Amino acid sequence: MRTSSARRTLLLALSGALALAGAACAKSDRDNSSGGNSSKSTLVFAGSSDPKSLDPAFVSDGESIRVTRNIYEGLVGLKPGTTEVEPKLATEWTASADGTQYTFKLRQGVKFSDGSTFDAAAACFNFDRWYNFKGPLLQSSSLSYYWQAVFGGFATHDSETAPKTSLYKSCSVTDAGTAVVTLTAASGAFLGSLSLPSFAMQSPTALKQYDADKVSGKEDAPSFTGSYWNQHPTGTGPYKLEKWTVGQEVDLVANPGYWGDKPKLNRLVFRIISDNNARLQALENGSVDGYDLVAPQDIKTLQGKGFQLLARPAFNVGYIGFNQKKAPLNNPKIRQAIAYAVNREGLVKNQYPEGSEVAKEFMPPAVVGYADDVQEYAYDPEKAKQLIKDSGVTDLTIEFAYPTDVSRPYMPSPVDNWQLIKSDLEKVGFTVKQRSDKWSPDYNDKASTGAYQMFLLGWTGDYADPDNFIGTFFRDTGVAVSQFGWDDPAIRKQLSEARAEPDATKREAAYKEINRAIMTELPGLPYVHTKPYLAFKSNVKGFVPSPVQDESYSTVSFG
Amino acid sequence: MLRFAVRRLLLLVPILFGLSLALFVWLRALPGGPAAALLGERNTAAAQAQIRSLYGLDQPVWVQYWKFLKRAVRLDFGTSISTHRTVTSEFFTRFPATIELTLAALIFAIGVGVPLGYFAARRHGTFLDNASVIGSLLGVTIPVFFLAFLFKYLLAGGVFSVLPDSGRLDPRLIATHPTNFYVLDGLLTREYDASWDALKHLILPGLALGTIPLAIIVRITRAAVLDVVHEDYVRTAEAKGLSVATVRRRHILRNALLPVSTTIGLQTGLLLSGAILTETVFAFPGVGKFVADAISARDYPVLQGFVLIIATVYVLVNLLVDLSYGLIDPRVRLR
Repeated sequence: MRTSSARRTLLLALSGALALAGAACAKSDRDNSSGGNSSKSTLVFAGSSDPKSLDPAFVSDGESIRVTRNIYEGLVGLKPGTTEVEPKLATEWTASADGTQYTFKLRQGVKFSDGSTFDAAAACFNFDRWYNFKGPLLQSSSLSYYWQAVFGGFATHDSETAPKTSLYKSCSVTDAGTAVVTLTAASGAFLGSLSLPSFAMQSPTALKQYDADKVSGKEDAPSFTGSYWNQHPTGTGPYKLEKWTVGQEVDLVANPGYWGDKPKLNRLVFRIISDNNARLQALENGSVDGYDLVAPQDIKTLQGKGFQLLARPAFNVGYIGFNQKKAPLNNPKIRQAIAYAVNREGLVKNQYPEGSEVAKEFMPPAVVGYADDVQEYAYDPEKAKQLIKDSGVTDLTIEFAYPTDVSRPYMPSPVDNWQLIKSDLEKVGFTVKQRSDKWSPDYNDKASTGAYQMFLLGWTGDYADPDNFIGTFFRDTGVAVSQFGWDDPAIRKQLSEARAEPDATKREAAYKEINRAIMTELPGLPYVHTKPYLAFKSNVKGFVPSPVQDESYSTVSFG
Repeated sequence: MLRFAVRRLLLLVPILFGLSLALFVWLRALPGGPAAALLGERNTAAAQAQIRSLYGLDQPVWVQYWKFLKRAVRLDFGTSISTHRTVTSEFFTRFPATIELTLAALIFAIGVGVPLGYFAARRHGTFLDNASVIGSLLGVTIPVFFLAFLFKYLLAGGVFSVLPDSGRLDPRLIATHPTNFYVLDGLLTREYDASWDALKHLILPGLALGTIPLAIIVRITRAAVLDVVHEDYVRTAEAKGLSVATVRRRHILRNALLPVSTTIGLQTGLLLSGAILTETVFAFPGVGKFVADAISARDYPVLQGFVLIIATVYVLVNLLVDLSYGLIDPRVRLR
């Protein structure tokens, strides 16, 4: 009796646990075409979230760009792994003498993945589309960010924050193979910016057919009502969309009509695994072939296990921001004292992965206009103490803020950075008061509205132009005044002029000059440029990391 | 019974109204807002103001609430600020995953929990009983994320590599999804290997998520059975010569199931509201993770919509459980 009922206990318990498996005894009757064979030609790569949209004109985040870079191409591209412009859909171009007119010769025989032809009319259609975005949603800086950053305003002015004037004037078709873009002013940044994912060429037929720009007019709940952005993105790139399963994966398949070298893999799957540890385990278990945003602490472990780690060239800057509206940071001697007091060398060596560099100015060396001879503030606590004495400031209390719940490429562990910097500052006589907030949204909100006295922040470049670094910070009053409490009309003017300068040599010289001026003024202390890492299985070949995430998977294969 | 059901459903109205009001005020009292979250490092005061006006967040709270209410009665919860999709479509693309996961966890918790609790009580004071009590204590106290990582380490890569570690389906497997319930989809489309693969993906998260309900069900079942076995009617039934099996099935188990079904109802509601930790560890695309992300993004429409839908589901599940009392216990049916 006892034994039999004990056995029944076990049986019942087991049957419960096995109930899940029970339903699955049926054998598949489908031809298993998706298994074995095709796994060699499918790359599964893990990113951290869904793309925001597959219409590149409206995205500026890494996850969207990862996908759209493989579906679309621009008039110009970047040489893999660099920020050097090279021909893409335009084979050559000439600028008019005054720098306001660009004539593009277009590649012949290129078709969009829907079969329609790419020609000058299609190119101009795209320019006109961007310029004619209507309504506050499309003109919101969270959607048409790049257009506003590079070209400024739109044909109509529907959003208070959109710039009022536009760099863009018109686009005209000379013949099917020639398009002429006219600007309202000379711009040195124009050509390079055309390599941005947002300015990729999209099929006019598909844009119209699937209502790419149609927004539901519903009050305070605007949304896209067409199906272009999530179901029918159409470009000329090596891959096209197969399907996007929200929350899970985006599947791309090779575009059979691609004009260039055929992609080596038939299918690309971008899986969405938001948790860093889960991404790591998925690679270790082989359920993905690679992943992005490798945490710095995992780099050594993964290398030890024989995985490939590829670094993107440094294209960001981490800095300590000084808010000059809050004394004593309005005193240049105090700002300099802080700069001398912080051991940036040690900080970078201790807390950042291999390959990270100590920053001298607000942009990385890879960007044109980087000045090697800015005022440097090499670690010197004695000098810091002297500067404090000279400043005459007696209240040396500084409130220093750091964000929590976040890891940025330039700041993998903010609290650790904060602690080292704090102890450096205390060594020279400052009293540091702690302040911390959750990164999203509190910290971002407070840092950008001048709530902090001193704070940790950084910036990852979108494109290889100095205007995208120091211009973003100091060209208009938005960031310079609200974040740094610093208003210097001279610097703003210089930055606007440098941005417009069409002559490359003059432009470079102008930016170098500005960098020197900024580092003398010292609105903040840049301390690091880091290299973000990607991890791959050892047999994955052909991936070229790009500083601006201009990464094509068409050259990737299994070795 | 119908009147009871109708009354309970009517009760939903004040519940949802109160909840939506509290939520509305509370969300807006949180520091920061969707604009700051959306903009990140690109945050400027002007850009924030633009986004606030775009989503009507610059209006007085009561105006916002009134607009929200007007839409919500038509089951329109607006558009997610971070994804630009409608809140209802965001919910219904994710909810099937959550339901599948909940079912997996429940099948495990009930299938193992009820028998284990029953036999622990029948063998009161024996090794089995003690083991089940200690085991269920452990089950309640071990944090889910730890258990999840442990299961993953043991069965999905670390020691044995028999089960998948994340997701709902092997991305290399091409399958069609008419209903978004992946196990069911595979059966409907006769892609049985997809069904099987989806099931395999449910095992580890199901085990991890089901452990706490399992522990609770074991304890409740055990306590209920212990109560019931000493009742007079059980002794009477035994005395009048009913077979052991009949006494156990009809008199003990059936009466003991009443408190157990309440527990199951409450647990089901909890599971359906999304298992943030389990979903995070197993990269399982359910509603829980999405809601958690919506909090740090201050995605007001998503939070408002999801919480209300989940609350409704919670109330409905518990109503179903209450109605099931009638099936288990005729005395309840009369009232």
